[in-house]
Amino acid sequence: MIQLEQVTKTYPKASRPSLDNVSVSIEKGEFVFFIGPSGSGKSTIIKMLLHEVAPNKGRVVVNGKDVTSMRSWKRPHFRRSIGCVFQDFRLLPNRTAYENVAFALEVIGKTKAVARRVVPEVLELVGLGGKEHRYPHELSGGEQQRVAVARAFVNRPLILLADEPTGNLDPDTSIEIMRLLDRINRTGTTVVMVTHDSNIVNQMRRRVVEIESGRIVRDQARGVYG
Amino acid sequence: MRVKYVLSEVLVGLWRNVTMSIAMIITMAVSLTMLGASGLMYRQVDDMKDLYYKNIEVSIFLTQEVTEQERTDLQTKLDGDPLVKDVFYVNKDEAYKRFKEMYQDAPDLVNAVKPDQLPEAFRLKLNNPEQYKDVYDQYKDTAGVEEIIDQSRLLDKIFNILTSIQNIALAAAIVMAVAALLLVANTIQVAAYSKRREVAVMKLVGASNWFIQAPFVLEAVVAGLIGSLLGLVALVAAKYLLFDGSLSALQGLLSPITWGDILFIFPLMAGVGGLVSAGTAWITLRFYLRV
Repeated sequence: MIQLEQVTKTYPKASRPSLDNVSVSIEKGEFVFFIGPSGSGKSTIIKMLLHEVAPNKGRVVVNGKDVTSMRSWKRPHFRRSIGCVFQDFRLLPNRTAYENVAFALEVIGKTKAVARRVVPEVLELVGLGGKEHRYPHELSGGEQQRVAVARAFVNRPLILLADEPTGNLDPDTSIEIMRLLDRINRTGTTVVMVTHDSNIVNQMRRRVVEIESGRIVRDQARGVYG
Repeated sequence: MRVKYVLSEVLVGLWRNVTMSIAMIITMAVSLTMLGASGLMYRQVDDMKDLYYKNIEVSIFLTQEVTEQERTDLQTKLDGDPLVKDVFYVNKDEAYKRFKEMYQDAPDLVNAVKPDQLPEAFRLKLNNPEQYKDVYDQYKDTAGVEEIIDQSRLLDKIFNILTSIQNIALAAAIVMAVAALLLVANTIQVAAYSKRREVAVMKLVGASNWFIQAPFVLEAVVAGLIGSLLGLVALVAAKYLLFDGSLSALQGLLSPITWGDILFIFPLMAGVGGLVSAGTAWITLRFYLRV
């Protein structure tokens, strides 16, 4: 599903590479944590999987597509097979929960009729049934992140990327979000999550890839945090 | 739904930043009016050249003491000259008749001149009015020739003036166009900034590039088209007030500008306004959104 083959990335003006000869292979349906201190290169991996940055060396293959050589005009279509959740939710403040999710569908050409059918379903799935017409500022942090997860999942992507999704949430809410990601994973979706929340990693007991200064120092099935 | 979405985004975009939109539309309108005026003048000058140069004559005036022999020699030479299309001989009586006709409003002048005071002349039509110089050089020293006068010299002066007015209008159009372009670029930047969250989400979920860019580009195009419509109104007003109004005394001199001419120039203005705005918006977005 996801292969990084001897990937090296050095940002311009950086003294050392963000990723240094990194190779990881992730199978379909896996749940993988990338952990490590700030600046270790975790987020660069997410950006590479999204075709936002290109490696200097090596190959990145996502969904059987070689992202390394992908032309930028193909990026939009490629992104439709990947859902994405961030620490800062990235919701549109002037749209309701329903509209935020529907927006993601409509801008890729789905009709309103499709949205009316699919959006309530996915909001129910993330546990926001009955709160469809609240605006983000009327929702708690955890609920906002649920909307973001709903938006990422509404297209039934093969891969869900989560960049510190619990970074802004308290421990209890974080666990709820993790349960949600776990449930999504059980539908067959590959989940890649970048985090430095040790509690969560220890509770989930999933595959852990630890990165330090751009190198993989540990890759462990059913691992714990450091 | 997508068309509706794009169109409503365009209107919202123009309204959100309404002062900037108005500034953009006004500069665009002025620039396009100048462009249209310049285009109209170009046609006008062309029409006038056709009209005037067709009737242009070179006059060879003969001296008072010209002999019969000299006149016949000159006539033969002119008849055989490949540069000359037609030759008319005007004798003193005819010259006086023409003179009387021309100055019939000034009887004092007519009375002061006696028939034999006016010179005889050959009036020539040239095959190519531009070759006046050759004709002049050939005949200026011929016996019996007093003076050679070419009407096209005079016309050239008039046309030079018209051409420079046209160039000034074009230059003004270009300067205003630069201002309009900068305003378009700025408006698009502001629009892109105020919609940065939407754009980020659209990029994230994989909306196609054209779909992200279309509302911005169309916003600029709509402004360009409104500008060209205002330009059309300005040209119509100019025809109504200037050509049909205060300049109507010159009607016989200037070839008329018809409504057809103005309608003909409008697609040019609308096309330039729309395409240039679209291009500017698109380039701005490439730098600003990096989509």
